[in-house]
Order: sequence, then structure tokens, then C-alpha cells
Amino acid sequence: MKKLLEVNNVSKTYGDYKALNDVSLSINKGSVFGLLGPNGAGKTTLIRIINQITMPDTGSVILDGEPLKPEHIKYIGYLPEERGLYKTMKVGEQALYLAQLKGLSKQEARQRLKYWFDRLDIGDWWDKKIQELSKGMAQKIQFVVTVLHNPKLLIFDEPFSGFDPINANLIKDEILKLRDDGATIIFSTHRMESVEEMCDHIALINRSNKILDGRLVDIKREFKNNTFEIGLITPDHNNTTSLLKEKFEMFPANFKSINDELQYQIKIPDGHSPNELIGYLTSLGQLTHFVEVIPSASEIFIQTIQKN
Amino acid sequence: MTFLSPLLFVGIFALVAYLSNLNNDTVRTVNVMDESGLFIEEFVSSSQLQYKIVFDTTLDEAKKDAEENQVYGLLYIPKTEDLGALSRGITFYSKDSPSLSTIGSINNMLEKKINALKLREAGIDSEIIKKLHIKISANQETFGGQETSKLGSGLKLAFGGAAGYLLFMFIIIYGNMIMRSVIEEKTSRVIEVIISSVKPRLLLLGKILGTTLAGLTQFMIWVVLIFILMAVASSVFGIDTAAASPSQQMLEQSVDGGAQKMVHDLMLEINNLPILNLIIMFILFFVGGYLLYASLYAAVGAAVDSETDTQQFMMPILMPLMLAVYVGVFTVIDNPHGTVSQVFSYIPFTSPVVMLMRIPFGVPLWQQLISIVILFLTFFGTVWFAAKIYRVGILMYGKKPTYKELFKWLKY
Repeated sequence: MKKLLEVNNVSKTYGDYKALNDVSLSINKGSVFGLLGPNGAGKTTLIRIINQITMPDTGSVILDGEPLKPEHIKYIGYLPEERGLYKTMKVGEQALYLAQLKGLSKQEARQRLKYWFDRLDIGDWWDKKIQELSKGMAQKIQFVVTVLHNPKLLIFDEPFSGFDPINANLIKDEILKLRDDGATIIFSTHRMESVEEMCDHIALINRSNKILDGRLVDIKREFKNNTFEIGLITPDHNNTTSLLKEKFEMFPANFKSINDELQYQIKIPDGHSPNELIGYLTSLGQLTHFVEVIPSASEIFIQTIQKN
Repeated sequence: MTFLSPLLFVGIFALVAYLSNLNNDTVRTVNVMDESGLFIEEFVSSSQLQYKIVFDTTLDEAKKDAEENQVYGLLYIPKTEDLGALSRGITFYSKDSPSLSTIGSINNMLEKKINALKLREAGIDSEIIKKLHIKISANQETFGGQETSKLGSGLKLAFGGAAGYLLFMFIIIYGNMIMRSVIEEKTSRVIEVIISSVKPRLLLLGKILGTTLAGLTQFMIWVVLIFILMAVASSVFGIDTAAASPSQQMLEQSVDGGAQKMVHDLMLEINNLPILNLIIMFILFFVGGYLLYASLYAAVGAAVDSETDTQQFMMPILMPLMLAVYVGVFTVIDNPHGTVSQVFSYIPFTSPVVMLMRIPFGVPLWQQLISIVILFLTFFGTVWFAAKIYRVGILMYGKKPTYKELFKWLKY
């Protein structure tokens, strides 16, 4: 697949503090790339480097085959985590100004703004001042301003903060639609359920180093450890439990069920298959539930950070 | 605001003038009880101060009467044997303490009369004294043959001082403006959105140039408005604009009938001033000085989170500016071409103010040009410095940095 963005061995030091240490990433065209990591890990520094707000000390960034240069700003749309608008400026005026900074002509910007304002149903805010709007409303304007110049690369840092669930969903759908239209998206957030829903690819940065990188499904495959969640109806639960515990590594499980059954997570020992487990379990009683335990993004996040 | 604030200023000026006129409309009545009978003829009522002579009462009755009739005050002049005791015995009774102008004019009048009486007592005619009084004013001329005068020096000082002070005010006002705009972008968090489109250095330069042009525009408006104001003032309030100069008034009093000549002299002196030089240099020094200080103001704005935090960083900016004004005022008055004034008119942080103050006294062009060149070169230095601080500072939130940290930012 074609790469839109390549970050090669980027390091950045502020005084004595190393913000990024030899970080490399490559992001496929048309994908949603989750950039994850605890607070202060170096995500924002990396994003700022991609936006040419700061320069890396060493390493390079390649956008669409070319080393990053000032003209590239018009191909990038950035919604920073620390964001805001001029409070006393009118919505329309401000959106036009920001669009022109990204290289759109005034006329073009006006046209596209009209499209987006109609689309998000905010057309009648044009003459309002930002300070008259609620936080969520201002965020919508901010979103429009970010995507207005049809950038190839969109960088969203916590895009859903300040939105109610309905609007968060609306924005999520808009982001996915932008991806379907060909944009590449870097998505940085602490909300793991959004990562789960949206990201194709993730990278995890901790203490200035990249510690995990890959397709979300591959990472999950890597993190699963042959554990299955089972539900089993047996004549004597206690007896069966001790029988199972002799043979397997077991963890408590808790899922919703209408049956009064044994609930456990069972790890299959190396060299055995799930089918063998099913065979054994059915010999003990009636199997009502058998699901592979796939780690969530959140679990992967916590595990990896703790190990690190 | 660029257009509004000069208008506002003129408006306030007009309002104050109108109000003070209104204020003087009230007529004050002063009862006079002159037991000595020496001053009766002297009390001539004016439109604002009316005297009413009271006879045949005692002091207590007169006081009571004055209080009941709510007159402004009661002037009591006792009857004594000699003038010395008389002068000590005069008392002014009033409800509140009397206005300075009223009591002043009464004192003045009494003093003159008593002086005249004393002279007569000593057998000297006051007319003779008047004739003996001679006013001497040595003619001043430069070696080049140009006539100079005390009046001219005063004018030069006034023009230079005004220009220097105006520049000082402009730097502070517009410097604050740029600082507030930086802080606003920081606190509203719009800054990161902006600098993902525009390089911080460009943004900084744009801000500085923008406010400089706004400042120049306002300066032009000031100049135009001051001319209009002078014209309006002279027609509405009947003030002869030329007579507004204090030194001229002074001279007018001492030389009888010389007013015509004075006005003529004044015009001549104004014509002798290097007005064009002053205006051009004002613009150049304003641009240079403003660019210099604006970049520092912007750096301060970037370093802090809110205006209340700016205090500690403002000191190093305000100190040289204040120094410039004080040095300008004290050394230029004394000797406009002395060593101290010369040195300070080269130091870029003080040169705009000090040099402007010196220019009316005639500064060689090469000195002015050197000063301008130094100023603009330093500007490149401060803008480099400010851009470094600015670039780092605009993305730093929360903690107020120390000077040590600011120094570290320079190396990022």
C-alpha cells in the first residue's frame, strides 16, 4: 500500500529533556492511524513536527514522497488538543481568515464554508461571535475550519472532547467519510473505544519512545494468548471446577447469561487446539458459551505501558 | 479604536474646556467691610466676582448677615494706626475654604494698594517707580548670524519634549497592544491553529508591522486633529492660539504694547524650527523605536499566560524608556549637545526619545543617520531574540517562566 507519511528516526530534545527518541512511523494512504500514549509521552511533539511547528533535531519526515517543506501546510489539516478561536471575531469572518491562511481564495473558502455549514446545520451562526457560542458549537466551527481546505492529511488530537454523544457521533461519521473520500487521518486520543471503532493502525508512544506499532488486528492477534471464555452447565459445579483447575490455567469470568452455569476464562496450553478444549468440556457437561478472549485496545495499552 | 481614540481625546478636551467655562459662569458675591476706608474705590466688580460694600454694622452682624444671605464670603479690613498692622489684620470669612483664584485676586489687589500707600507714606510717587523699571533682554545671535532668543529655546524645548514624550507614549500604548494580542491568542488557544498555517516568525513580524502601521495612521490622525483642534479652540473659546505659550504671556506682561511684536517673533521662531526634519525623524524614530520595543513586548506576551503575570518582565522594558525620558528632559534642557545627551541619543533603547528632544536644537544630519542605523540594526537583534522566545513561549501553558528558563528557550 502507498505511504502518505513517513517519519524516519525523528528525535527532539528540549534543553535536557528528550521529547522524542528515534521515532519512526509510516502511515498508509487512506487509513486511520491511531497515535496513542500516556500524557507527556511525546505525541504532541511528534504532531507538531509533522505540522512543521517545531523542527526535529535529527531525522526526517516525508509527506507523499517529498521531504516536508513549508508549502505542505496546505495539504495538512490540524485540530490541536489545545484549540480555540478568536473569541470576539465573528464565526464567518474568522473561518474565512483561517481558510485563507491555508491558501484558499476568499471566494473558494466562502463556497466551501457554505457547504459545510449547511452540512452540519450551522448556517445561521455566520454572524455570531465565538464567545456567544457554547463549547460544543465552537468545536464544530473548529472542525469545519480544520477540514475546509480538503487536506490530504488530517490530524485530530482528541477531536471528541467537548462534544455531546450525538455530536461526537456526527463528527466521527464525518471523519470516516473524509477517509472514504481519500484523506489519511492521524488520530490521537485517550478514548480507547474510539480507537477500537475507527483505527486501522496504531502506534504507541511511551516516554519518548515508540513501543508498539502495527495494524490493530495484527496487534490484537499478537496479544491474544489462546484464552477462551466458557460457560458450562454441569451437575456438580465444585467438582468440575477442581477437575478443570488441575488441567488448565484459569481466570474468573463474568458475562451475562440466563443460565446458572460455570463461567471461566481458560488458557489452552501450548500444543493444544480449541477443538480439543471443546471436546473435553462437552464431556463434562453442556457447553453454553465459547468465545475467544481478544484483548481490547485499552488492555493492550495498559499492558504494554506497564511492561515498559 | 485607531480612529476613535484621538477623536475621544479631542472630545474630552472640548468637554473639559466647556465645563470649565460653565464652571466660571457662577457669580460670586463677596461682602466687604472696610473699616479703614482705604480700599473702597478698589473693589471693582467683575463678571465673576461681585463686591458688595457693607457699612455701619459690627463684624459679628456682618458675619451673620453674610451667612444668612449665602454670599460667597466676607472680607474684613480693620481700622488700624499703621499699614503694617492693617495688612496683618485683614481676614476673609467664608463657609468653605475659598477658591484659590478668588482669594488670589483679592490678595493681589490689596497688596498692590497697600504697596502704593506705603510708597506714598515714604514720599515716593509710584509713577516714578514705574518709569524707573527697565526691562533688559540681551539680543542673542549665533555666530552664523541667526537670531536666537530665550523664547526660541523654550519653543525648541517644547517641541522636542512633546515629540519625545509622544513617542514614549506611543511605544507604551502600542507595545501593550501587541502584548495583549499575543496573550489573547495564547489564552484563547487559537495560536496552535494559526501556527500550523503560518510560521511563528512571520506571525510575529506581521503583528509588529500591523501595529506599527496602525500607530502611524493614528499619529497622522493626531497631527490632523491637533491642527483642527487649534482652529476650533481659537474660534469657539476665543483663545488666540499663539498666545497659549506661557513664555509669550510672561513677556507680554512685562513689556507694554509689545504683543504685536511678540506674535511676530513667535511665528519667526516657529519658522526657524526644523519642523520638517522633526516630523520625518519622528516617523523614522517611531518606526525604529517601536519595532525595537514591540518585539520585546511580544516576547513578554508570549512568555506569560495572562496580563497579570507581565509585571516582572515589564520592568526591563520600561526602565530604558523611562531613563530616556528623564535623561532627555534633564540633560537636553541643560545642554542639548552635551556628552550625556549625545551618548544617549545613540544608544538604541533611548535614542528615539532623546534624539527627538535634541533635534529642534539642531543636530547634524550625520548624527541623526548614525543613530537611525544603530536603531534599525538593533531591531534585527531584538526581533531575533523575541522570535526565539515567542516560538517557544506561545506553546507553553501554565507555569510562569523565570528569567533562567527564558534564557534556556533561546537555545531550543
